[in-house]
Amino acid sequence: MSNSENSKNHSRSPRSILDARPEHSADSPVSVHAMTVAYNRKPVLWDVDYDAPSNSLVAIVGPNGAGKSTLIKACLGLIPRASGTVEFWGKSYKQSRSLIGYVPQRESVDWDFPVSALDVVCMGRYRKIGWCRPVTKSHKKAAMEALARVGMEDFARRQISQLSGGQQQRVFLARALTQEAELYFMDEPFAGVDASTERAIIEVLRELRSNGKTVIVVHHDLQSVPEYFDHVLLLNMRVVAAGPVSEVFTAENLQKTYGGRLTLLAEAAEAVARAAKGS
Amino acid sequence: MSDPIVDANSIIETLTLQGGFNTNAVILGTSLLGIAAGVIGAFALLRKRSLTADALSHATLPGIAAAFLVSSAMGFSGRSMPVLMLGAAISGILGVACIHLILQHTRLKEDAAIGIVLSVFFGIGIVLLSVVQSSTSGSAAGLNHYIYGQTAAMTRSDAYLMGGIGLFASLIALIMLKEFMVVCFNESFARSMGMRVWLIDSIMLALVVLITVSGLQAVGLILIVAMLIIPPAAARFWTDRLWKLVLLSALIGGISGYSGASISALFPRKPAGSVIVLVAGSIFILSMLFAPTRGVLADSFRRIQLRVRIARDHVLESLYEIEIGHAETEHPKAASWLIKLLCVKGWITRDNGQLILTDAGRTQGQRIHRNHLLWEQYLVSYADIAPTHVDWSVDQVEHVLSDELIHALILALKKRGLSIPPLDGGTT
Repeated sequence: MSNSENSKNHSRSPRSILDARPEHSADSPVSVHAMTVAYNRKPVLWDVDYDAPSNSLVAIVGPNGAGKSTLIKACLGLIPRASGTVEFWGKSYKQSRSLIGYVPQRESVDWDFPVSALDVVCMGRYRKIGWCRPVTKSHKKAAMEALARVGMEDFARRQISQLSGGQQQRVFLARALTQEAELYFMDEPFAGVDASTERAIIEVLRELRSNGKTVIVVHHDLQSVPEYFDHVLLLNMRVVAAGPVSEVFTAENLQKTYGGRLTLLAEAAEAVARAAKGS
Repeated sequence: MSDPIVDANSIIETLTLQGGFNTNAVILGTSLLGIAAGVIGAFALLRKRSLTADALSHATLPGIAAAFLVSSAMGFSGRSMPVLMLGAAISGILGVACIHLILQHTRLKEDAAIGIVLSVFFGIGIVLLSVVQSSTSGSAAGLNHYIYGQTAAMTRSDAYLMGGIGLFASLIALIMLKEFMVVCFNESFARSMGMRVWLIDSIMLALVVLITVSGLQAVGLILIVAMLIIPPAAARFWTDRLWKLVLLSALIGGISGYSGASISALFPRKPAGSVIVLVAGSIFILSMLFAPTRGVLADSFRRIQLRVRIARDHVLESLYEIEIGHAETEHPKAASWLIKLLCVKGWITRDNGQLILTDAGRTQGQRIHRNHLLWEQYLVSYADIAPTHVDWSVDQVEHVLSDELIHALILALKKRGLSIPPLDGGTT
């Protein structure tokens, strides 16, 4: 397998040299090329190039309005791109859909919806089940297993509005797990969750990584970046820096990303110091 | 003129479907329509498209009038039900398309777009209707029935068509329950999985169109939307499960349709549409008031209960703190009914006008005091936790936090020089 990938890389390298910018790489789970996204003619993301490394936990970090969620949504084709392309393992989104899982922002849905936690998790199987077919026992079993992985099996029959914010987030994570994907996009899974949920989520993320999956996470808390993630993408409308946390997550890059926001910088400095200690 | 006097016999005959073949067909058809509207309305409500359905039904009027004009001009009878329904469907869909166009190309919000389309289409319809009335003979007057609904004018085949469409639409909705559910709950997730949301939405819209146009004759275009909104809204008070919501909504819709058509058959001057809506509306009001957990009364009861409980806890805690010598705690000022309640419960007694805790009351007070201390410390120790996430009312902190964490909190309290009473099993 690695052989064929190597040869592919090799064959395209002359072109890469000719082009000013790297082309899509076929072994990257997601490869974004020259992507620009605009809302109402105002660009939100500008000319983004990014190759995600496989088998790693990647944090997308940046200030509010930096386009972090937009980047994920544009990759998934949920919002139109003004320009640019996205490839998954060198293929189009349509071809790779079954390999991609998604955890939307928790606030994006109405939690007063009349369904149970189990119903929500089963939604992750709908594509596999197919049109107009009922959810069978085996799918429910898979959903229960996913709930157990996030420590929520006791809440399967609960109506979702009766769950706490952290529990709702875990239900969303369980739903993504039933998708049995190779690449996951998660939009702020740690936002507003309690400490035990945060631990449960990070445990699942590490488990996914050790199974060879790639997880791309929109993340808010700079302090935990070095502890939780291998790679980081610093974003503020454009890519400020991207790469391994130990190389890229520097005070200088954070300054470039966040500008003069002092409180955040202090936070970042502390995080960087801790990262340096850790490595 | 008043309605003819109806004797008890004919009431029973009508309600038990013995009132003649034509009447039966109309009652059956309207009931089926009610069931279907309940089923499909549930999804329209969850998709937050109920008002779009209202615009759609008003937008059918120009189509009805135009269909009448065109088919009369071609020499057919203008009042053929399928032809009028086709015209209604086309202009209804056109109306919805206009809403989408406005939303896509302007910055107007949905409510404005719906209001504009609804009124403009209805206005066009009224103008066309006046053209119909001035250009043709009296046979056109029947078109007015499509605005307010008139079951008495329905033929048996009209009723069968209406019932058949209702049955068909309900079946489609039940088959697609799963698809409708995910699109209603989390559209972006459905799209990320590659489900064709536009197709699912279009099918949902098509079902709403079917219900609307098939109900035009019986219920009328102004009130048909009530059959789509009210039954699921009423059903929502009773259940937290989608399939139960759909079934209950179908039941309420069916009952409304049945009783509306029956009453209209007994009193031909009473338009079925209004009666159906009034029955559904009554069920809605009863549900809103009396449903357990989600109903207004249950909700107010819980709120009063909570207030009593907070006031009660406050008195017990203050008395306890005075007993253990907290200088800053003031003597509680409680309403006389609350003191009576606490006396009846056996938690306090009166001694020379002073309130004194009984043993049971002391246990309660101690428990509340301990809880509040722990929660307070929790907020101090974990300052990043929003106070709204702390459930002060929980009987015991132990039920929510781990032993390990409580131990840490007790240590932290001791460091601040605050002693904490032990937990002596004083649960209620």
